[in-house]
Amino acid sequence: MPTRQTSKYVVVKEYNEPIQAPDLSFKSWLRWIWKQVTSMKLAIILLLLLAAAAIPGSIFPQRSADPNGVTLYFRNNPASAPVLDKLQLFDVYSSSWFSSIYLLLFISLIGCVLPRVGVHYKALRAEPPLAPTNLARLPEYKKIETTNSIDVAVQYLKSRRYKVIATKKDIRAEKGYLRETGNLIFHISLIGVLISVGLGSALSFSGQRVLVEGETFVNNEASYDSLSPGLLYKTSDLTPFSLHLDSFWTKYDLLNPTNYGIPIDFTATVTSKLPSGKPQKSDIKVNQPLIMPNAKVYLTGNGFAPVLEIKDPDGAISFSGPVVFLPQDKNLTSLGVIKVPDAKRQFGMAAFFYPTVGKLSTGALTSVYPYPVDPVLTMNVFEGNLGLESGLNSNVFELNTHAMKQVAGGKSGTKAIQLAPGMSATLPDNLGTVKFVGFKRFASLDITHNPGEIWVLLFAILVLLGLIMMLITPRRRIWIRKTTTGIEIGALAKSRDEMLGKIVKELAKQLKKKSK
Amino acid sequence: MNSLVTLNPQLATLSRIIVIAALTIYSVSFLILTWALTLKAGAKKQTTPLAVKLDKLGLGLMWLGVIIHFIGVLTRGIAAQRVPWANMYEFSVTGSFVVTFIYLVALFWKDVKFIATFVSGFVVLIIGTANTLYFVQVESLMPALQDYWLVIHVSVAILATAFFMIAAALAGILILKTTKRFKKMNVLKVFPNEEKLERFSYQFNIIGFILWSFTLIAGAIWADKAWHRFWGWDTKEVWTFIIWTIYAAYLHATTTRGWEGRKAAWLTLIGFAAILFNFTIVNLYFKGLHVYSGL
Repeated sequence: MPTRQTSKYVVVKEYNEPIQAPDLSFKSWLRWIWKQVTSMKLAIILLLLLAAAAIPGSIFPQRSADPNGVTLYFRNNPASAPVLDKLQLFDVYSSSWFSSIYLLLFISLIGCVLPRVGVHYKALRAEPPLAPTNLARLPEYKKIETTNSIDVAVQYLKSRRYKVIATKKDIRAEKGYLRETGNLIFHISLIGVLISVGLGSALSFSGQRVLVEGETFVNNEASYDSLSPGLLYKTSDLTPFSLHLDSFWTKYDLLNPTNYGIPIDFTATVTSKLPSGKPQKSDIKVNQPLIMPNAKVYLTGNGFAPVLEIKDPDGAISFSGPVVFLPQDKNLTSLGVIKVPDAKRQFGMAAFFYPTVGKLSTGALTSVYPYPVDPVLTMNVFEGNLGLESGLNSNVFELNTHAMKQVAGGKSGTKAIQLAPGMSATLPDNLGTVKFVGFKRFASLDITHNPGEIWVLLFAILVLLGLIMMLITPRRRIWIRKTTTGIEIGALAKSRDEMLGKIVKELAKQLKKKSK
Repeated sequence: MNSLVTLNPQLATLSRIIVIAALTIYSVSFLILTWALTLKAGAKKQTTPLAVKLDKLGLGLMWLGVIIHFIGVLTRGIAAQRVPWANMYEFSVTGSFVVTFIYLVALFWKDVKFIATFVSGFVVLIIGTANTLYFVQVESLMPALQDYWLVIHVSVAILATAFFMIAAALAGILILKTTKRFKKMNVLKVFPNEEKLERFSYQFNIIGFILWSFTLIAGAIWADKAWHRFWGWDTKEVWTFIIWTIYAAYLHATTTRGWEGRKAAWLTLIGFAAILFNFTIVNLYFKGLHVYSGL
């Protein structure tokens, strides 16, 4: 709160008071502690501590921003990871030590700012303070010999928006109250930001959903692949709109040789509908979320969903539909798992999809381009119990081959199945047939709502405005006194103020002028 | 922003040559200004006629350099068909242009001629590094960067950095001047007194701080649009916050007895070190969402 008086020219009042024996009562201790808590030195130290405490969060992966990074860290550093975890180094920004620093900082801030609101309110309504006895001791001082009256100065100061109290003998003037106003707005708005962030995250939710072209999502708890509501968020509060993914487009740079194949644009065209409204078509892009009532829909990822049709040897369809494959690299080599529990004999497949197939020097296949120019699907087949009856929520992207026998691909002796769109193949071990019907695209959507957001923005803007107000407004006090021989001018600023001397000079010039 | 554009690698190569030309001129200017500095340090009086001439020549060359530098920045932007600050090379080249330009313009209203050597030296260092380590050909923008906030957020960050850099140079001199071991050095007599250094440094810092606060807020608004949250402690967000906090501590220090002067100057240097760290180490080695180094 940078307005503390540092001028050595001001006589400190305490010096005139008699020295008292130190009061060591409990109350005075409390008062002493409070004084320390609200001291500027503590604020500086806490700010620097906060800066230092934030550093580890950029070095170690954080659960909030990079959960996979944390899992990976545990795998690569099995010895040190649990220790670091104990120290909350994977959750730095919600850790007890980080929180205690910023809470203490805010207590100090509140203790510092709140009393100043009252003081400032009084100052705004009060008259400029009385002149010090000896004007010559002020940082700027000038004495001129003249018989002119001091009325000119009143006009001069008033036209420059000083608050002026004048008698025949003296003038006291002050301006720049906005400095303290800005200072208070800045600090109070920071508290506002903190509260809005805290309340906002408690009242917010965020959920993820993968949507294949042609599928419809209905905004209720059951439709999400994953949902993380804030502490105070009720999932029954979700606005029940529906969202249909009409199509998903990717645009690649085919124009610039140096950039050939770099993605330029992702567009999900969706049709949304509120229970009472008409269907509405819109595009969702990376920087362009769809704004729904109490929800924003973001596009966070995309990939391919090959469509398969699997038949038992007798021709009965045991599986049909698109399967979401997870992209593994920038050319969208994608990995997927197909589980066929309804087949006569249960089996599963671990499959790769290559939008544009190519061969590595090792002979292994890879995708060489993210756009489907020459798409190929390869499948390893595993026969045996899929373990879906166990009731555990098994991962759709994982095939637990523990109790299964590989019948195609790998070391099974039978080649992996390799298909182009429209082609079919007979599955080994008399499991039936598989047809690669074609492929669709899918979009990963993030649906979020944070009611605190708008307040955070509002307070952040106030923080900025307060800051500007505080840093560019000089607070000045000017006293003018008529003496027997002439006029004395003294001035004091509350901050580094290069203009003060010039103002005093100008005042002196005005006062010297012959009155008309 | 138009998503698919025709890039012009030939023009980008020409732009690189122009930037190298500017670098050469800055280097000469740096040498001349250093010579002037040593002359002034050696002389009994504050200035010698030759030093004055050299100073003029050095600053004149800086102006020439900045004009050529501007052409380099401009051609890079035209070659890429967008603002020239979407990867580390472009950020360095545009940033060093802004530093020089702001410094030269600031000379009109503030007598900060005495840090000309440092500014030119710093700019030489930045362009040199960018040219040898960070150069990449013009590329199309990834979808996340295709937004008008790229123009606002990054340009203000560059401006803030420029102001902080000048403030840091002033703070560095203040520290040297008040350190017992160096106090007696002749060269330090060339610089103005502590009070002036402190005041100038403060003035550049507060403008930097206002701009940095804006960068942080603008970044949050953009992050809310592009990354579906306004704040997520991404490594770059963390460091933006750290820098903000250090300069906030600095502002408090300037009005606290016992903390103004040297201690506040140290905070300025720590803050600027954090900015450099954020730009180099965090960009290149830390994992995060701000992956735009282009390397």
